[in-house]
Amino acid sequence: MMGKMTVRELGDKLNLTAFCLPNPDAEVTGGYVGDLLSWVMGRAGEGQAWITIMSNRNVAAVAQLTEVACVILAEGVQPDSDLLTAAEAHGINLLGSARDSFTLAVELGKRNKE
Amino acid sequence: MDEKTHTFRYTVHGEDFLSAGEASMHAKRTLKELGYSSDLIRRVSVAMYEGEINMFIHAGGGEAKMEVGENEITVTLIDWGAGIPDVDMAMREGYSTATADIRSLGFGAGMGLPNMKRFADELTVSSTVGVGTKVVMRFAIRNKE
Ligand SMILES: Nc1ncnc2c1ncn2[C@@H]1O[C@H](COP(=O)(O)OP(=O)(O)OP(=O)(O)O)[C@@H](O)[C@H]1O
Ligand SMILES: [Mg+2]
Repeated sequence: MMGKMTVRELGDKLNLTAFCLPNPDAEVTGGYVGDLLSWVMGRAGEGQAWITIMSNRNVAAVAQLTEVACVILAEGVQPDSDLLTAAEAHGINLLGSARDSFTLAVELGKRNKE
Repeated sequence: MDEKTHTFRYTVHGEDFLSAGEASMHAKRTLKELGYSSDLIRRVSVAMYEGEINMFIHAGGGEAKMEVGENEITVTLIDWGAGIPDVDMAMREGYSTATADIRSLGFGAGMGLPNMKRFADELTVSSTVGVGTKVVMRFAIRNKE
C-alpha cells in the first residue's frame, strides 16, 4: 500500500532542490521516468512524479497536459530559463537532484511504501 | 455537428518555439471551464498537442480548430507543409523523420501519431506531398462530470 505523500514531503525526504514549488500540497501517487516527450505524454499519469533529464520549455507543457504532480530534473540538470518561466506561469512543481534517474526512481519507490 | 457547437480557432506559428503548444493549452483550459471529465480533457489536449507540435516541427505551422458539440469534440489540424508521403508508415510507432536538433528537444520518438490514434475515438489523416496535411480527430462525449 502506498502512504499519502505530498510533493513537499517528497522533496524533503529525497533532499530535492525546489526550483519552483507553486503547488506543494499536490499528492504524489507514483512515478514515471522518461525523456522522450511523446512517450511521457502517452504514459505518464495524473499525480505521478516525472523524472527526466529534459530541461526545455516543452517539459512544462507536457507536465501541464499529463497533470503529473511534479517534475524532477535528474543528474544535476538545471532548468532552462524558458522552462522556469513557464513552470512559474503555469503552476508546475519543478524540482531537481544531482542523482541519476534510476536512483531517484528507487528512492521514490521506497518512500512511496513508507 | 449541431447548433450548439462552439468553435475555437488557433494559428500555430512555425518559427516561434516558445508559443508551440499554446493552442492545446488554451483548448485544455476551455474544456476545463466547460466542465468536461478529466479523462476526456486529457485525451483531447494531449492528442491536440501532438498534432500541434507536428505542424510546428514538420510543416512550418498551420491552423487548429476545436469544435465542441453536444455529443462530440472534433479537433482539426490543417497545414500547408511538405505533406506525408506514406501515412501508414508515419502511423507506425517509432517512425520519425525528425532531425537531431528536434530529437535533442525530446521530440522525434515517432510516438505522436500513435498517441493521437490511441487517445482519439477516431483519427483521419489525409496528406498530399507538396500540398499539406489535414488531421481530424473525434472524441465522443460520454458523460459530463
Ligand atoms: N503535419 C505533418 N506534416 C508533415 N509530416 C508530418 C506531419 N505530421 C507527421 N509527419 C511525419 O510523420 C512522422 C511521424 O509523426 P509522429 O508524430 O508519429 O512522430 P514524430 O513527430 O517524428 O516524433 P514524436 O511525435 O514522437 O515527437 C514524422 O516524423 C513526419 O515525418
Ligand atoms: Mg510528433
